[in-house]
Amino acid sequence: SSWWSHVEMGPPDPILGVTEAFKRDTNSKKMNLGVGAYRDDNGKPYVLNCVRKAEAVIASKKMDKEYLPIGGLADFARASAELALGENSEAFKSGRFVTVQGISGTGSLRIGANFLQRFFKSSRDVYLPKPSWGNHTPIFRDAGLQLQAYRYYDPKTCSLDFSGAMDDISKIPEKSIILLHACAHNPTGVDPRQEQWKEMAAMVKKRNLLVYFDMAYQGFASGDINRDAWAVRYFIEQGINVILSQSYAKNMGLYGERAGAFTVICSDAEEAKRVESQLKILIRPMYSNPPLNGARIASIILNTPDLRKEWLVEVKSMADRIISMRTQLVSNLKKEGSSHNWQHITDQIGMFCFTGLKPEQVERLIKEFSIYMTKDGRISVAGVTSGNVGYLAHAIHQVTK
Amino acid sequence: MAASIFTAVPRAPPVAVFKLTADFREDGDARKVNLGVGAYRTDEGQPWVLPVVKKVEQMIANNNSLNHEYLPILGLPEFRANASRIALGDDSPAIKENRIGSVQSLGGTGALRIGAEFLRRWYNGNNNTATPVYISAPSWENHNSVFVDAGFKDIRTYHYWDAAKRGLDLQGLLDDMEKAPEFSIFILHACAHNPTGTDPTPDQWKQIAAVMKRRFLFPFFDSAYQGFASGSLDKDAWAVRYFVSEGFELFCAQSFSKNFGLYNERVGNLTVVGKDADNVQRVLSQMEKIVRTTWSNPPSQGARIVATTLSSPQLFAEWYGNVKTMADRVLLMRSELRSRLETLGTPGTWNHITEQIGMFSFTGLNPKQVEYMIKEKHIYLMASGRINMCGLTTKNLDYVAKSIHEAVTKIQ
Repeated sequence: SSWWSHVEMGPPDPILGVTEAFKRDTNSKKMNLGVGAYRDDNGKPYVLNCVRKAEAVIASKKMDKEYLPIGGLADFARASAELALGENSEAFKSGRFVTVQGISGTGSLRIGANFLQRFFKSSRDVYLPKPSWGNHTPIFRDAGLQLQAYRYYDPKTCSLDFSGAMDDISKIPEKSIILLHACAHNPTGVDPRQEQWKEMAAMVKKRNLLVYFDMAYQGFASGDINRDAWAVRYFIEQGINVILSQSYAKNMGLYGERAGAFTVICSDAEEAKRVESQLKILIRPMYSNPPLNGARIASIILNTPDLRKEWLVEVKSMADRIISMRTQLVSNLKKEGSSHNWQHITDQIGMFCFTGLKPEQVERLIKEFSIYMTKDGRISVAGVTSGNVGYLAHAIHQVTK
Repeated sequence: MAASIFTAVPRAPPVAVFKLTADFREDGDARKVNLGVGAYRTDEGQPWVLPVVKKVEQMIANNNSLNHEYLPILGLPEFRANASRIALGDDSPAIKENRIGSVQSLGGTGALRIGAEFLRRWYNGNNNTATPVYISAPSWENHNSVFVDAGFKDIRTYHYWDAAKRGLDLQGLLDDMEKAPEFSIFILHACAHNPTGTDPTPDQWKQIAAVMKRRFLFPFFDSAYQGFASGSLDKDAWAVRYFVSEGFELFCAQSFSKNFGLYNERVGNLTVVGKDADNVQRVLSQMEKIVRTTWSNPPSQGARIVATTLSSPQLFAEWYGNVKTMADRVLLMRSELRSRLETLGTPGTWNHITEQIGMFSFTGLNPKQVEYMIKEKHIYLMASGRINMCGLTTKNLDYVAKSIHEAVTKIQ
């Protein structure tokens, strides 16, 4: 008999399931709109030129492979903080922050979650927007925290339920933790406008909430890194000492290299040192110290003026292609003769789009047209190309007319 | 500014081994020697990127068809299969019977953590945080933290190092196993015990396995030095393979940090051996969930290097040669240090230096003597008296031997 006889089979990952089914499909017109990774206009993965150049620099330097410090590559951590906060940020210049390298977005979120579990004694509750990235819930739960929600997405309008969100946030018990998507909300693509962010900042300040920003798409959303970090920077300027997780998976295409960072804005540099020491204590028994490759690539790009310029151009071109696909999808739907209002497709931002399609319609798209997406009607716009946007519009019109 | 929620966060003490290296770096004395952190050094005292690794990295860099896409949650398939094959052996019955699983992890630490998180959730009941976890006295200090942070409440030590005879306290170890509650988890060092360098002999392993089988104790192997210890992959995996042949279900956390010199790429693998394929599938499906909330999917660079190397007979042979180079230099330093101490007539016996195996040696120096070594001689070693043999070179052997001699004769 086995120790594991009672171990249940884990539920299949819904998104993986989409990709598996897509792979099995033999229809030449098939489209995978489940994938959460950027694709170029030929539907291929895109390795940024600035990444290739950074890799060439690394290869030429013939560096050793010694362990990184527990907190990771210092140049990378510092450049990440500057990227998020802005070089003119008082918090950045005063040094009242700590940034550690994390295992992309997930690893950085998890470090933060574990840190909160251990040191944030005011509350065990993390408030997530409804809906949020599917992995947020299990991350916080496994860290030992509890999950609550605030209204966010309005399925009737396929946009932000701002009054619902403000109403819910106004009732969150003081000193709870609230998670906000800095830009390009996943999965809806619905972001608050700046005036709305201002009201939310005032409310979380009033409720004395700990703000946890998840920023996985800086630069990738609007094409402008400063614009995409606006909310994070505004909150900090308002005196809200946020904590922040960053990912370079999408904006630098470094997915499998796991480059990310976790930041805590503190009262002063001394507090930052204490917090840093505790973060190391958390990280060491998880994986000892982080992987170098992705962080080094990102660091070289951010810290080399020419490469940084090139990166800004490339990330903008990725964002622009996504925006262009949104525009083309809407215009194609109109051409198909659809009478529905598809404005939300271009109002939304980032990799994902909540189409508003119902499960039955999604089912038809999969079965009749070999167009794969998750049941909630979320599509990855990255999977749309100028070659297949017409087909997509046609199919969507067929199932919604 | 509002009062901070982090006002009460205390300053944590630095992790000892890294503090040691930091202190070493700041030391301006020309004679300084770093015998602290566990990384290989050449005879010039330099880190060594294995020639086969350089070659494979170049191959990867030249391969324009490769990209940076996400790996699957459990890791690169070619890496996982090859990594487990290295641990269990090409002719492993468990592999033939398709009852093994692998989880690519962030170094050996990551593999330990995934295994620990799984055991806490699914072993000996559901979410049984009370299952005793036994760690050798002494052990790598991070073992304790891994299991504590995974949620286990009852961490105990088992007798291992006999300071008086400077060797394995086998009887103490076996007694602890006899007395341990059934189903307790035991962390076993597959080879090159850290920090003592003292391994059970095959006969002693057989005795250990017999007790563990009878008492239903769970073997969780930590294998961080396969190949690096003796120069032979098979010899260094003997204990793990013996347990498998005895029908145990077990975990083996593997690290490729030392034997591939890939320290900062975080290449590790958790090998799972179960009774049958069905059990292993279910175990892996749950480990996948744990991975997903810890790091989502593992880093690709290091795994690619290892997979490419292990799946090519030619590259594998080159790698084996590189590993033997490292193991042989360590063995040479051991014999050279021992002979110098014996020639100097340093009080005590020093055969343990050559009888111990792997990167580390428990010198037997006490904390006061260690302090003398650091402060007066600028030779950095752990308070436990552990030295990293890799920090020794033909150039510093004399100085280190003389300093040990001084420490032992001057300080009690």
